[in-house]
Amino acid sequence: MERAARATPAGVARKIKGLSDRAIAWIFIAPTVFLLLAVNIFPLIWTIQLSFTNYRANRPNAEVKWIGTRNYERILTDGDIWLTMQATAHFLFWTLLLQVLIGFALAWLINRKFKGNDLWTTIIVLPMMLSPAVVGNFWTFLYQPQIGLFNYAVAFFTGADVTSFSMIGDKALAPWAIIIVDTWMWTPFVMLICLAGLRSIPDSIYEAAECDRASKWRQFWTITVPMVLPFLMLAVLFRGIENFKMFDLVVQLTGGGPGNTTTLTSIDLKREAFEKWRTGYSSAYAIILFVTVFGLASIYVKALNKVKER
Amino acid sequence: MSSYSITEPSRRQKWIAAILVVTYAVITMLPLLWIISTGFKSSSDAIAYPPKVAFQPSLEGYVNLFTTQTLQTPEQAEAPPPDTWYGKLVHEKGLAIVGPSRFGERFTNSVIIGFGSTFLSVFLGTLAAYAFSRYRVPLKDDLLFFILSTRMMPPIAVAIPIFLMFRSLGLSDTHLGMILLYTAVNLSLSVWLLKGFMDEIPREYEEAALIDGYTRFQAFTKVVLPQAATGIAATAIFCLIFAWNEYAFAVLLTSGAAQTAPPFIPTIIGVAGQDWPAVAAGATLFLMPVMVFTILLRKHLLRGITFGAVRK
Amino acid sequence: MKKTQLLAAAAFAATLGLSAERAAADDLTLCWAAWDPANALIELSKDFEAKSGHNMSFEFVPWPNFADRMLNELNSGGQLCDLMIGDSQWIGLGAEAGHYVKLNDFFDANGISMGDFLPATVTGYAEWPKGTPNYWALPAYADVVGWTYRKDWFERPELQAEFQAKHGRALAAPTTLEELKQIGEFFQGREIDGKTVYGMSIYTERGSEGITMGVTNALYNYGFTYGTADEPYKLDGVVNSAESIAGLEFYKSLYDCCTPPGSSDWYMSENIDAYKSGQVAMQMNFAFIWPGVEADPNVGGGKSGYFANPAGPGGHFAQLGGQGISVVSYSDSQDAALEYIQWFAQPEIQQRWWDVGGASAMRAVVEAPGFASSQPFAQTFLDSMAIVKDFWAEPAYASLLLAMQDRVHKYVIAGEGSAQEALDGLVDDWTEVFEDEGKL
Repeated sequence: MERAARATPAGVARKIKGLSDRAIAWIFIAPTVFLLLAVNIFPLIWTIQLSFTNYRANRPNAEVKWIGTRNYERILTDGDIWLTMQATAHFLFWTLLLQVLIGFALAWLINRKFKGNDLWTTIIVLPMMLSPAVVGNFWTFLYQPQIGLFNYAVAFFTGADVTSFSMIGDKALAPWAIIIVDTWMWTPFVMLICLAGLRSIPDSIYEAAECDRASKWRQFWTITVPMVLPFLMLAVLFRGIENFKMFDLVVQLTGGGPGNTTTLTSIDLKREAFEKWRTGYSSAYAIILFVTVFGLASIYVKALNKVKER
Repeated sequence: MSSYSITEPSRRQKWIAAILVVTYAVITMLPLLWIISTGFKSSSDAIAYPPKVAFQPSLEGYVNLFTTQTLQTPEQAEAPPPDTWYGKLVHEKGLAIVGPSRFGERFTNSVIIGFGSTFLSVFLGTLAAYAFSRYRVPLKDDLLFFILSTRMMPPIAVAIPIFLMFRSLGLSDTHLGMILLYTAVNLSLSVWLLKGFMDEIPREYEEAALIDGYTRFQAFTKVVLPQAATGIAATAIFCLIFAWNEYAFAVLLTSGAAQTAPPFIPTIIGVAGQDWPAVAAGATLFLMPVMVFTILLRKHLLRGITFGAVRK
Repeated sequence: MKKTQLLAAAAFAATLGLSAERAAADDLTLCWAAWDPANALIELSKDFEAKSGHNMSFEFVPWPNFADRMLNELNSGGQLCDLMIGDSQWIGLGAEAGHYVKLNDFFDANGISMGDFLPATVTGYAEWPKGTPNYWALPAYADVVGWTYRKDWFERPELQAEFQAKHGRALAAPTTLEELKQIGEFFQGREIDGKTVYGMSIYTERGSEGITMGVTNALYNYGFTYGTADEPYKLDGVVNSAESIAGLEFYKSLYDCCTPPGSSDWYMSENIDAYKSGQVAMQMNFAFIWPGVEADPNVGGGKSGYFANPAGPGGHFAQLGGQGISVVSYSDSQDAALEYIQWFAQPEIQQRWWDVGGASAMRAVVEAPGFASSQPFAQTFLDSMAIVKDFWAEPAYASLLLAMQDRVHKYVIAGEGSAQEALDGLVDDWTEVFEDEGKL
């Protein structure tokens, strides 16, 4: 606030020709807010409204009835939906954990500033730029025990029989099949953010610690980790939001199978909304998901702000 | 310890770090290399059992990617092969080209929608970020959180009403509709990233310009924008990566005219069965623009990702 | 809906009147799945363009997204497609929701008789409600699930001898499901030319319709029906009858005994890949792939044989595939679209359709004396088309299909629960759908 006032001293402001500050501010912000209202908030409100009806988008002429909270009751008492929630939670937990561990380790190693680290960073970042749908599709091919690369590579390193396991076909392995691909693809993102965090730590802090004869181990835990933590948490926030919404990669990779083992909530929602065309029901489903993410994210952002203040 | 700096890692440390990072890079590159090499295999080599590492390179995948083929009619089988090299390649397999494929169109759509929405989201994001950074905006924090929260909605969740809305506005399956949609999705990221950069640009520059007789608007375009170039470039990379590769909206909201390449590539079907070399060729070509864009702007990438918001 | 039909009929009568002086050239878009027959249709349609002066363009959607995309298009009243070669199960929705133009008057006016087409395809692709003479499409592409096998492997003397010793009969294309399984077990894990091979590849795909299109080939032949003749929506005790349960258990036993590792999410193209790369001795697949198999350098040219879906203890059926061609009621160019159908229904065009790799459903073509010997797979195609049966074609078919995918995949692939539980659950799901529809 004070800063904004300082930026436009009254004396200067009065002399400016052209638009007033207030007008500029609104002209600059209005398109963004308008677009977000139109493409995000308006549909959201519409979704909320639809969620209390039995509307079906494939029956435009059918009568639309207001059915109160029945959709919500049906969803919250449906055991299968809790299974998809569990599958999503499993996927979220492991992808975030693996990506944070590997991403941070890589960033720390790259920050040793060895020769050519820029080149290798660029190479590591490549998988992130691929289309998740194309990646998912191609990995079904890589995971084929007979003609794919993955089983042969694992067999080469572990000596296991090539066709003794199937990543997508086995109920126990399928959740890991999607975790591996997501981790392969998105670890670079976490790595980049961590690297930014590491590079934002001034050398002087380490030099001071060195004077205090703090061990390297101690420096790592008292300087490096706390300083990188806000960055890491931000990476987790963004990856968490994205993976809660995960759809394209997994749909292409497993189609939600075997059975419903990898049917994440977004896949289930898509079936309800665009295959069964139960628009009202799936709107309620969507609202429940949105409230979940929104709630988790707000708690998380509060925690993030606390970490930043420290 | 090295003699010149306490914080400089030792030679041994560097070597170990280099070896570990390079090992990771090589492993992570394997699937990518497999995709790229599959693009140069013949269709029988691509599905060879067991898989083939060494193979006779072929441009079959790329020819299949750009053409639509079918089995030869009896007359075509007897006719001499066509004059073009790709015509001959196809003819040898007992096939005939019936026309170009849709890949070109889909790719063009991707370019229009991807770069169009990237430009628009960076443009609008820059304006909004500048206003948030410099002016007294009522309910500033609430507005900013509102903007961030729009990214939390699963695409499928808003797809139904967007689908209904686009249908009534005539935006279904149009470039404009998709550009607006992707712009809206990217705006949250764009505003948040860019606000961080704007906050870091010293206000004194603008004040000096104002005193020199610039209008506010001139000060913005001539002083602030050049300073924010790094941030704008980094933001553009992230917006492009998203818009370029987006799948869920594309598959649900477009059908013919405005569909981008991601829904198309995984489903390239040859004569009986998925055409893996063509899929791989498509994936490789589709990676190129965004890769080149990123390499050109790579210096800004790292800085861009620092999310000014964190650096308060 | 009535209005549209009248308009269409009137408009068409007008064009007929003017036929000497042809109406202005129209741009027609034909929508279909992206697959080889569609590419062959591009080639075939050049003749229509030359004769009619209309321009054809094509919108082919890959199979996995075909239903989503096209139903989305129809449900939103989109004008992308003038002609739609929609999947057989959409006909109920197309008719009841008014997406398709009813073709009876048009057929009558132009001397197109449904009696000229294979009866199964008329029922499967054109009629709604089933069994009544109300036509919403012209049979366009006849397709059915059948089997391909490695004749070159079957003919090896050492394998012949071993199989004879073991089962007391020659190693040949199976005629019953039990024989099919024996042959599958015989090949499973065998070394052939230095590679481990497997019995067969069957449909197991989760995401769209794969496993349903596969499992029905076992279910039907064990006696499964979708309802009874008197009560078309009677599910309990029918869908989950003892015979149905035995059929489902049989399909799971096939998956467990005789398929390659990792074939848990396979449909048409994965099965083709497995077959062409020499992983399997037999392959379940729709007949549309057969011309491609014949032309393949590795398995074509006489190395492959074909057989119809083998009979089971409860009957002899095969899952119907294929599509009819319909005129979309939202199209602005309905006259030109009808002209296309008229052109397509000519016997010489239908003959040519078969020659270029399409699959005609016209009796004049498939019952012609030379037909059975025109291709190595032609006789199998005829045998298979004679025993077809289709999934629900109700307007709510998508919900019915999703429930079946879910229940069957859980039991057969993930191994959860029993066949009884799976089919009981399916009865519950389907009952709910029909209740929502007001049909129960």
